[in-house]
Amino acid sequence: MIEVKGLKKDFEDLHVLRGIDYTINQGEKIVIIGPSGSGKSTFLRCLNLLEEPTEGTVKVDGVDITDPRTDINKMRQRMGMVFQHFNLFPHKTVLENITFAPVQLKLQTKEEARENAMRLLRRIGLEDKADEYPNKLSGGQKQRIAIVRSLAMNPEVMLFDEPTSALDPEMVGEVLDLIRELANEGMTMVIVTHEMGFAREVATKVLFVDEGVIKEENTPKEFFEHPKNPRLQEFLSKVL
Amino acid sequence: MGWVQTFQNEFEKTFIRDDRYKVFITGFKNTLLITVISLIVGLVGGILIAMIRYGFSQMKKRKPVTIGKKLIYAVLWVVDKILALYVAVVRGVPLVVQLLIMAFVVMAGFPNKIVVCCIAMGLNSAAYVSEVVRGGINAVDAGQMEAGRSLGVSAAATIFHIILPQAFKSALPALCNEGIAVLKETSIVGYIAVVDLTRASDLVRSRTMSPMMPLMFIAVVYFVCVMILSFGVSILERRLKQGDRG
Repeated sequence: MIEVKGLKKDFEDLHVLRGIDYTINQGEKIVIIGPSGSGKSTFLRCLNLLEEPTEGTVKVDGVDITDPRTDINKMRQRMGMVFQHFNLFPHKTVLENITFAPVQLKLQTKEEARENAMRLLRRIGLEDKADEYPNKLSGGQKQRIAIVRSLAMNPEVMLFDEPTSALDPEMVGEVLDLIRELANEGMTMVIVTHEMGFAREVATKVLFVDEGVIKEENTPKEFFEHPKNPRLQEFLSKVL
Repeated sequence: MGWVQTFQNEFEKTFIRDDRYKVFITGFKNTLLITVISLIVGLVGGILIAMIRYGFSQMKKRKPVTIGKKLIYAVLWVVDKILALYVAVVRGVPLVVQLLIMAFVVMAGFPNKIVVCCIAMGLNSAAYVSEVVRGGINAVDAGQMEAGRSLGVSAAATIFHIILPQAFKSALPALCNEGIAVLKETSIVGYIAVVDLTRASDLVRSRTMSPMMPLMFIAVVYFVCVMILSFGVSILERRLKQGDRG
């Protein structure tokens, strides 16, 4: 479904990604771990072109999104993204946050979008917050709303960029629960996270990204129990 | 009781004799007129300049490929450079000099000097407003743009619906201060013989040979106007802060 070939990304003289090849299939849950500055977030952001790759291609269902002729907006509509810092729109209510894109892109009428948003809010138990502004909510609530804001576009794949890193510890659980639920429903997802327990439980494949390349790729059981790469062994001994 | 007598004399000389209060009224009207119109020109022009320049800075991130887009890119590149130069020139040349150039070179022979003032001051203000709005746009978290784009919304629609409302909110106090600055700067229009409040006091003073009363009077008028505006700004800021809390 997503096919990455020879992906490189430089920021000025800094080579963040030094050549990544990877294919993500429908229904897979790929978890990316790695030390900070390893390029794992940059890799994720290249998948929907929030970062423009310096070299290489990213194909989504066979369409090369790095080709400037590709309508990137159309492609992004099929790929939801959840950010570390939620990035809810502070001047819009919770409901407006969710309905903004579907209505703006004329995919749904206002009424349809509203109904859909309320259904999503009911699902996460926050329907009573529909008319609140984001700054009245807790971090966990904000992140769950950011997730359903992406879901409102009915994406085929969800990208999570450290979705729980900015949360107070007691709110991590509610967000992971929601992501786990989506995983169980068969959503294709790519998750950058530091939650090792969660990675082990949800992932179909775990990737270790370090120094701009994928240093190890394996099933979660093998990945955590028999790591082969010395850098990964060192990394896991520090975080587990 | 000599000073009361003096005051009465001075007052009569400055305001009553020969209906001199009418000069002040005319001057005050012109001051307000030029302020309001310059501000409108400045706001509309400034927001337009900021939008064009921000839009171009966003466009730079992705190289254009189709011929149509390349053409738009090239045009915008030129426009952006011209606007940058314009802002630099406006900020680097004294306003009085700009006004004189407008009146005696660019629009030489144009009969209505008040219009000349409004254009000169409006264009000047537009440059400052554009920088204020640009600052407001830059103050909006980059994640807002990314959130909009990640949902598949175009850059233009994200700027309009997500970035600008937030940018405007943070720029509003600075914009109000620009309003206060324009009001005070109108005091230079006497240079091209437009009768504003300051020029009115000059006219009266040259007749009465008595500077104290007219100058103190217009100082108080300016001060009161600025106080009223500042009060409005402080109320506005307080209300915006309340919005932030919920």
